[in-house]
Amino acid sequence: MPTDSNAPLITAEHLVKRFGDFVAVDGIDVEVPRGESFGFLGPNGAGKSSTMRMIGCVSPVTEGRLRIFGLDPATDGKQIRSRMGVVPQMDQLDEQLTVEDNMILYGRYFDIPRAECKRRAKELLEFVQLTDRAKSKIEPLSGGMKRRVTIARSLINEPELLLLDEPTTGLDPQARHVLWDRLYRLKQRGVTLVLTTHYMDEAEQLCDRLVVMDQGKIVAMGSPRELIEKHSPREVLELRYPAGTNDERASDLDGVGNRREVLPDRVLIYADDGEAALAEVHRRGSRPESALVRRSSLEDVFLRLTGRSLVD
Amino acid sequence: MGTPATVRAWESHFTLYRTIWKSNMLGAFLQPLLYLVGMGLGVGALVDRGDNAENLLDGLTYFQFLAPGLLATTAMMVCTNEAMWPVMGGFKWMRGFHAQAASPLSPGEVAGGLALWHATKGLISVTGVAAVLALFAETRSFGLLLAVPFGALTGVAFAAPLTAWSATRESDNSFPAINRFIIMPLFLFGGAFYPISQLPNWMESIAKVTPLWHGVELCRGAVHGRLGVGEALVHIAVLVSLALVGWLAARITFARKLAA
Amino acid sequence: MITLAGLPLRIVPVQVMQATRPHRMLERQWMVNRAGGWMVLLSGFFEPLFYLLSIRVGFGALVGDVEDGGRLIPYAEFVAPALMAASAMNGALYESTMNVFFRLKYDKVYDAALATPLTSGDVALGEIGYATIRGALYSSAFLVTMWALGMTSSAWAIGMLPVAILISFAFSAIGMAATTYMRSWADFEYVPSIMLPMFLFSATFYPLSSYGDWQWVVQISPLYHGVAMTRSLNLGEWSWAFGGHLVVLVAMALFGVTLTAKRIERLLLP
Repeated sequence: MPTDSNAPLITAEHLVKRFGDFVAVDGIDVEVPRGESFGFLGPNGAGKSSTMRMIGCVSPVTEGRLRIFGLDPATDGKQIRSRMGVVPQMDQLDEQLTVEDNMILYGRYFDIPRAECKRRAKELLEFVQLTDRAKSKIEPLSGGMKRRVTIARSLINEPELLLLDEPTTGLDPQARHVLWDRLYRLKQRGVTLVLTTHYMDEAEQLCDRLVVMDQGKIVAMGSPRELIEKHSPREVLELRYPAGTNDERASDLDGVGNRREVLPDRVLIYADDGEAALAEVHRRGSRPESALVRRSSLEDVFLRLTGRSLVD
Repeated sequence: MGTPATVRAWESHFTLYRTIWKSNMLGAFLQPLLYLVGMGLGVGALVDRGDNAENLLDGLTYFQFLAPGLLATTAMMVCTNEAMWPVMGGFKWMRGFHAQAASPLSPGEVAGGLALWHATKGLISVTGVAAVLALFAETRSFGLLLAVPFGALTGVAFAAPLTAWSATRESDNSFPAINRFIIMPLFLFGGAFYPISQLPNWMESIAKVTPLWHGVELCRGAVHGRLGVGEALVHIAVLVSLALVGWLAARITFARKLAA
Repeated sequence: MITLAGLPLRIVPVQVMQATRPHRMLERQWMVNRAGGWMVLLSGFFEPLFYLLSIRVGFGALVGDVEDGGRLIPYAEFVAPALMAASAMNGALYESTMNVFFRLKYDKVYDAALATPLTSGDVALGEIGYATIRGALYSSAFLVTMWALGMTSSAWAIGMLPVAILISFAFSAIGMAATTYMRSWADFEYVPSIMLPMFLFSATFYPLSSYGDWQWVVQISPLYHGVAMTRSLNLGEWSWAFGGHLVVLVAMALFGVTLTAKRIERLLLP
């Protein structure tokens, strides 16, 4: 039944999801090889979660072809789900059970013998550093702890593929870094990770390859580095002017750098040499309140591809 | 002159109620009507043809006997429920009491607002029952006007102490037991459906110290114009003291919970 | 009869037919109750005691004997089996409405289960199964209490138990199906407005004959069909009418399970 190990784990061809007249996913093509860490990046409502739910076999495909482990979700949903782990956007932990029982019960859903569930639960709680909370109820745990329990629980069936929908949204910086570290270790063990996020730093940290989605479509694909190189010059000059005068001041800057973007709070100038661009700004007599030159990031790519207020 | 603080605390409960009043009023009116038709008329037909019934019921038909008791039982049911889960919700789930306490309202005023709300809710539901009773010639009397505040008072006598206790709970685990071991037995043995003189002596003595029995006696006496001033004062005194003690206790338990 | 036997296969949808591990949902309930919910369940055993005692000391003395089917029966023995049927309904409905709603909307228990190999049919059958077990437990307690108080009239009274389980099953299924249509807690205010008339007007407290021309209304109530069977069995009587009563309750159960599975798929697997 399992296909050969070189075949892609997920293949989506012209995948479409519609809810009535609303098109959530509008014909995307994706291929995720085994062992890769793959990200869906996009603003809210871009179609990331709908795509994840189709891959998770909890939402039927409207159109197109989707194969996971070489199997069709429409007919083999059960087999597919038994081989993957899911970390949903909202933790769906069972508030009526303890941390350990949450894990054991979840294992039982996969028909794993009770004794084996216990063994794995112990191991996984160690892995997410929650051993001392095994007998605790869910309610008193912090958001970061609940997230870690959810991740530990999703691993109870030793999945080949782990789906994570916005794994660190709403967590404090410490909790995020703990999670990133654990996910990195999973990747090293050979687990294929597929995640959605709207945090650029998270995508840069975790993803080998990612797609940027906007309005149900894929607008770019590649490694974080490739995307930055392809869609953004090397450096960015950030200028701040007194509130409300950005548009007016920006017009003084025609021709500086390769491209300009006016945000509500600042003006971004994309240039191969940020310092040279800043010198040009000063030469023209423009006096921003502050100026900063930095390397361009995935966020710049993201704004470039999905932003609405671009001026080329 | 501004709105008194307690009334401002009450307003939040009333505002919430306005969103569900339709389904709530339907139940408040329909349920006593169903009980009256189902038990009063239906079982009444079986009771009244018996020979000893008139004796046992002190000359009343079964319908006349049962109907006024429903004023008190309804108030008890409605008010006890309001004093359990919504109290837990106010502290733990929706945290409305914490929100109120974060405003200039004091914990005592938060508790007072809730007590006032319980009285309101009791009054609303008892009025529903009274409206149903007014539909039937056997129970249509000016005594209903007196029975309505008596019924509401019964409700408050339950709600106030229960509120104080609920505020000390950390979870709602024990609430079903209250319903099962206190409210349900009172409903069945508190003198609403048959005279407590039919109970074994020891049960009769217990029944006589429960607030429900006092409430039922007040309402039944008022509707049929048989209430002596002396006994009425005793019943009222019992219910008022329960309500007062409960309210004072609630001020303390609320203050503890909201200060923590 | 051949067409009848084939009927369920055609009307029960694929969601239910493919359910292979509904017992996992029962295992969940077992794990939840292991912690202390048993006390709540145990305390439910007092309810029949209270009801039956009040019938005996209160109503029994007021009413005396009732004429049903041409013979006189002490009122307590007339009402007790009906209350047993009603308690099966109440136990099942309590679990399959409020408690299911909480797990569906707040705890997201079913969302979590559906991300695993479990299916909507597993969830529907497992949860309805648990509500049925709960109703059956209450009914067993009721029967034991009835027997201890000397309110059973024949050895056939033991037959009331399977009937009560069927009642539980039918109402659990319908209750859970209805719960999938609930939008908020406010909608539950309507539930007593449906349950109470059924409780009061299913020939529970007085014979069907006392309804005169309105008997057909009583016969619409599914609880009536349960009451008719428990009452006859308590007296040790059988009749062909049982066939009709059984069909009503079984049809209700099948319809409820089917609708629940379909609704869960629509709500949680869009």
